Amino acid sequence: MTSRRLATGGLIGRDETIKFTLGSTTYAGFAGDTVASAALANGIARVGDSIYLRRPRGVMTCGVEEPNAFVRVEGGYGESMLPATTLELADDLQMTWEDGIGTLDQSVDDAEYDHMHVHTDVAIVGAGPAGLSAARAAVATGVRVTLLEQDFALGGSLLGRPGEQVEGRPAHEWVQQVRAELEAAPNCRILLRTSVFGSYDNNYLVALEKRTGHLTTEGMSRQRVWHLIVGRVVLATGSFERSLIFAGNDRPGVMLASAAQAYLGRFGVLVGERVVVFTTNDSAYPVAADLAAVGATVTVLDARPSAGCQLPPAVDVRFGMVVVETLGDEVVTGVRIASADGSDVVPQELECDLLAVSGGWSPNVSLHSQRQGALRWDERLVGFVPTAPVARQALAGAVLGTSWTEGCLSEGAAAGADEVSPVHAGERADRAGATADLWLVPGPHGDLATHFVDPQRDNTAADVVRAVGAGMRSVEHVKRYTSISTGLDQGKIGGVLTIGLLTQLLSAPDMAAVPAGQPGQVVGDGAEDGEVNEGGRATNASMRPSPGALGTTTFRAPFTPVAFVALAGRSRGQLYDPARLTPSHGRQVELGARFEDVGQWKRAWYFARHGEDMDAAVARECRAARENVAYMDATTLGKIEVRGADAATFLNRIYTNAFAKLAVGKQRYGVMCRPDGMVFDDGVTFRLADDRFVMTTTTGGAARVLEWLEEWSQTEWPDLDVWFTSVTEQWTTIAVVGPRSRQVVAALAPDLDVSKEGFEFMAFRDTTLASGIPARIARVTFSGELAFEINVSGWYGQSLWDDVSAAGESLGITPYGTETMHVLRAEKAYPIVGQDTDGTVTPQDLGMSWVVSTKKEFVGKRSYERASHNATGRKQLVSLLPLDTTLRLPEGSQVIEQAAAPEGPLDGPARMPIPMIGHVTSSYHSQAIGRSFALALVKDGRDRVGQQAVASFGGRFVPVEIGDAVVYDKEGTRRDG
Amino acid sequence: MKQRDLPEHPEFLWHNPEPSSMYDVIIVGGGGHGLATAYYLAKNHGITRIAVLERGWLAGGNMARNTTIIRSNYLWDESAAMYEQSLKLWEGLEDELDYDIFFSQRGVMNLAHTLQDERDSVRRVEANRLNGIDAEWITPEQVKELCPIINIGQDIRYPVMGATYQPRAGIAKHDWVAWAYARRASDMGVDLIQNCEVTGFEMDHGRVTGVHTNRGTIHAGRVALAAAGHTSVLTEMAGFRVPIQSHPLQALVSELHDIIHPTVVMSNHVHVYVSQAHKGELVMGAGVDPYNGYGQRGSFHVIEQQMSAAVELFPAFSRAHLLRTWGGIVDVTLDASPIVGLTPVEGMYVNCGWGTGGFKAVPGAGTAFAHTIANNAPHPLNEPFALDRFETGALIDEHGAAAVAH
Ligand SMILES: Cc1cc2nc3c(=O)[nH]c(=O)nc-3n(C[C@H](O)[C@H](O)[C@H](O)COP(=O)(O)OP(=O)(O)OC[C@H]3O[C@@H](n4cnc5c(N)ncnc54)[C@H](O)[C@@H]3O)c2cc1C
Repeated sequence: MTSRRLATGGLIGRDETIKFTLGSTTYAGFAGDTVASAALANGIARVGDSIYLRRPRGVMTCGVEEPNAFVRVEGGYGESMLPATTLELADDLQMTWEDGIGTLDQSVDDAEYDHMHVHTDVAIVGAGPAGLSAARAAVATGVRVTLLEQDFALGGSLLGRPGEQVEGRPAHEWVQQVRAELEAAPNCRILLRTSVFGSYDNNYLVALEKRTGHLTTEGMSRQRVWHLIVGRVVLATGSFERSLIFAGNDRPGVMLASAAQAYLGRFGVLVGERVVVFTTNDSAYPVAADLAAVGATVTVLDARPSAGCQLPPAVDVRFGMVVVETLGDEVVTGVRIASADGSDVVPQELECDLLAVSGGWSPNVSLHSQRQGALRWDERLVGFVPTAPVARQALAGAVLGTSWTEGCLSEGAAAGADEVSPVHAGERADRAGATADLWLVPGPHGDLATHFVDPQRDNTAADVVRAVGAGMRSVEHVKRYTSISTGLDQGKIGGVLTIGLLTQLLSAPDMAAVPAGQPGQVVGDGAEDGEVNEGGRATNASMRPSPGALGTTTFRAPFTPVAFVALAGRSRGQLYDPARLTPSHGRQVELGARFEDVGQWKRAWYFARHGEDMDAAVARECRAARENVAYMDATTLGKIEVRGADAATFLNRIYTNAFAKLAVGKQRYGVMCRPDGMVFDDGVTFRLADDRFVMTTTTGGAARVLEWLEEWSQTEWPDLDVWFTSVTEQWTTIAVVGPRSRQVVAALAPDLDVSKEGFEFMAFRDTTLASGIPARIARVTFSGELAFEINVSGWYGQSLWDDVSAAGESLGITPYGTETMHVLRAEKAYPIVGQDTDGTVTPQDLGMSWVVSTKKEFVGKRSYERASHNATGRKQLVSLLPLDTTLRLPEGSQVIEQAAAPEGPLDGPARMPIPMIGHVTSSYHSQAIGRSFALALVKDGRDRVGQQAVASFGGRFVPVEIGDAVVYDKEGTRRDG
Repeated sequence: MKQRDLPEHPEFLWHNPEPSSMYDVIIVGGGGHGLATAYYLAKNHGITRIAVLERGWLAGGNMARNTTIIRSNYLWDESAAMYEQSLKLWEGLEDELDYDIFFSQRGVMNLAHTLQDERDSVRRVEANRLNGIDAEWITPEQVKELCPIINIGQDIRYPVMGATYQPRAGIAKHDWVAWAYARRASDMGVDLIQNCEVTGFEMDHGRVTGVHTNRGTIHAGRVALAAAGHTSVLTEMAGFRVPIQSHPLQALVSELHDIIHPTVVMSNHVHVYVSQAHKGELVMGAGVDPYNGYGQRGSFHVIEQQMSAAVELFPAFSRAHLLRTWGGIVDVTLDASPIVGLTPVEGMYVNCGWGTGGFKAVPGAGTAFAHTIANNAPHPLNEPFALDRFETGALIDEHGAAAVAH
């Protein structure tokens, strides 16, 4: 293949050769190339075939809108579906062309990806002439400025026209000059290779920065997601050139005119030597001029009767002419042309190796529209343009239709300085000149099968015609019927073309079924300027089908694709929701603990000694707690300080039981319910002073409860003087449990009277431990045994653990975990919220009517008057005793009546539904009663005590006896030791 | 079906008539539920003077935005009956509607990551099996066998401890489903009227007699509301309230990739669910935004959290690319179960509150709602889902107990 790189020109580093591989061939390019420019320079006209029709395709654009040229990068951080037009050439890149479908690399990505969260006064998106000018002006005002550009070079559209004069010097020199100024300014940050892909409420921008190549990580994060909270956003995002719909418009060698210009100007690549330029507007003339200037033979076919600009020398210009078809096998070798008005019956042929197309320009309104910024169809610019910026944003340059560099500079400068644009709206259209209202050129064969609208999705005008024939009227339906705009470019290529085409396919009466409220839609009668976007009023049935009457599909983030892993950032592996560990976690590890995840916490589950399995360990731990003394880490329980003059009143409303008169120095167990009366959380609350409480919550419920308290306080009872502080991490709590716990605590806290009389149940005392550590010790039990909970500052947590172990050593004190805790409390029928309850269980259902006040108001109270709370059939907490005393029912087993049980086991789902009366919530082997038992919620369970039922699990049906929920020490004789 | 050779939509879908002045039944809302209801009214009850009034484009609400998961392994008997009936209809729907709706019974698994997840999962499986629903509790190794790309290692923050699995569950293509109903309804004479927003009701002595719209007043014998989150706006106009809250729920897709994900995986604990559509894009969803609103867009951090979870569970997704995100508005009741039945206004019926999971219910609820409208009395399937349950307290709490969305 012949090289298409010119000997001179372009902004590439010609002294730095870069080797890369495409398929099995190695090529050379230069620093500053993209994969596409290097491929084109090497004469590669064909890229991957099209996705469904398997047609040959070539590079069509020079940017993020590319629909055809995608590569998979192999090795290292292999990645699929990367547009060759934006992928920076790097040494040893190994790539294959892809044909519309990627291949995922299945290995774990061990590179680093990170996130930055920054505030900036002004963020400028896009570093073309408007953006650079805006940055310069904003920097001059002294505020913090961030300039974000997705390309690896500054300059935007100027990159393609490096010779253009800007402020008296060639464009690329001007860009370097501005760059130097900005880099020298202390208040400016320039982020290259950074695509702002999302724009959210309150000027919150999200951007992806590509920091390293595809093969290495170079000791830094590969990619970074920037989260910017911005004072003022300047969108200088430019515009996209449109193609036109004609037969064979997808053949390799058909390219957007501006892309052909950019490959030449920026990369020194002359993509074709015999060029046909097919245009509907003036913007293609400078392209023709540039191509002709380096020796290409150029013919311009202008669909209009005349041009609005000076015609370039040495270019053959033919007005009123259009391309009706491309010719060639794999690549374009010629075009068939005809007169635009159809008067010319015999098409002529023209030879060419490049067809450069300009169908007009569409402002790049994506970020504007993501914020519901309004659009309107501008009849003269022939594009959807923003009507006005959204709050605290400005627009500048081609995104508004400002097409001339000087206009972009002055508009950018105004936007940067927060001033009104000096460019008058009408001037934009005047300067741009007329654009022919041309979307589709009928082909010579009568069909539309190769008239591509969205080449990436292989959708043609025929598909759009078919959609309309099927009854589709709105652009959203046409998109979905065809799949246009669903590819990587998300409609950058096919979106407006489809809308334009629809205006030719629909009639006025059809418009009645077109819903109002699409972005860009005119509400009114096809007027040129209209209010947009708010929906509400219907489009007028007599409205002629213009793009403005149809509107666009919705623009959504991301503007350009973003790798999942970049969004995950550091929140992966062990940093994904980092585990919370208690201060004595290390000690528990040393003791052989196995842990379970409870909420975000790691909790010791059980401590297996040599050779023990879990059952053996738990049995031993249970015996220790019931017969001797044992200890556990209870630090993870949520703790919330509740303070204020109305703290007691507040708690009294939140908990179902009374808290108003709780004495200072006492604690009380409380249950809180949702308004529907269902148990929400529970725990013990200490009263430290008249206006000060410490509430404990379940481990997993802590955050939820804090939010709950805040919600009630802030939205329902703002009159109450009360506030809340999470103190979970400030405290370490060790529970010392068992008949001999008093001895251990006495040794730990010599100043404390731990006698039954001196330290009654549900009291707490502040004291100083023998170690000198200040502590708050509470008498409370979650096992029914005599027990103390020692609370110290979190800093002393490990020390306390050690002290408890030492103090109990001679007694054989045994550490235990959550499993043993669960067994002990289940024997006493103390419920675990979330395990024995599921949001459908009231305190009464749990057999805890005693905790529900009948005197005061509290959250949930009214619900107890509802019919369902007073009807029979409520599920109540009971115990189940399997007749086989060694059988531990799986938790989750269902309970059915004896009569409902089938004869034998089931090896699949039941043929007819078998009615269930309840389910097993907790199930264990009990050392205390020497058998297995379970807790279950069973319909009218308390009335069934003493009766038999059947538990069903894994297709088995086993008999159980229903018993009182409490299976051990019903009288509570063990509490005081 | 081959990834590069998928069926197209039929030549013709529906007519776009001007509204008549009078119908037997007006259905407000042209989402999945509205369209299915129209179809079953025509087909099962012989009522064809029906208009479906849609204020936007047909099936452009949640129906166009969901992640298309279909399953029936709900916890409570009432839900299981409704969703299982629906699943049975799904199983014959392509034939019935004569439309390729890409219904794929590729199985759905709900992962368990904690001991409590495991308890809840086993409970649901056991209940499902007694209710006649195919459900299994599977081990991490079985998870891996069914879905080889999943990471079941211990090296992640919340390792997979097992999963519930329903083999008959799966996905279908949302637009295609809606259009399949629309096509058959239009074919049977139902008027599908887009760009027609209901802005008020005509009432006569407590009975609804018509609707006001931006395209004029239209009279009707009966009016059925199927407007998802906007139902509360409509019932407010009709003089009663429904207890639903509307929240944004987001979803997203990647670009197309070779098929590597054979099933549907949901994890409530780490909040991600994902399938790979027939074309090859990864389709994912996350948790709801906590605030209320009607703007069909959510918060970005929700997407980021979801990506973390996805990459944890599926290392192969690391360098898949996010191509598009979007939001829908889910209508959530306080027991996360729908409201389907009669209303305090005579001649007015309501079907809403499907929240994050009403796509799968479209065939089942459509038949039941059509029955309700035709007979002015609920079908046994939707009887428990009556509006008055919020007064009696006979709730069907699917979020607390089952802890599974969608
Ligand atoms: C991101 C996301 C993911 C989801 N994933 C799943 C899933 O995997 N599985 C599943 O089963 N479900 C899922 N769902 C839920 C499912 O999409 C919904 O429950 C279901 O689509 C709702 O019913 P519908 O189709 O009738 O609603 P919609 O499609 O929302 O229809 C309601 C229609 O009413 C119209 N309307 C409103 N007000 C008026 C008025 N005044 N006049 C006229 N028309 C009006 C609206 O424009 C709308 O078209 C998901 C939802 C979302 C948002």
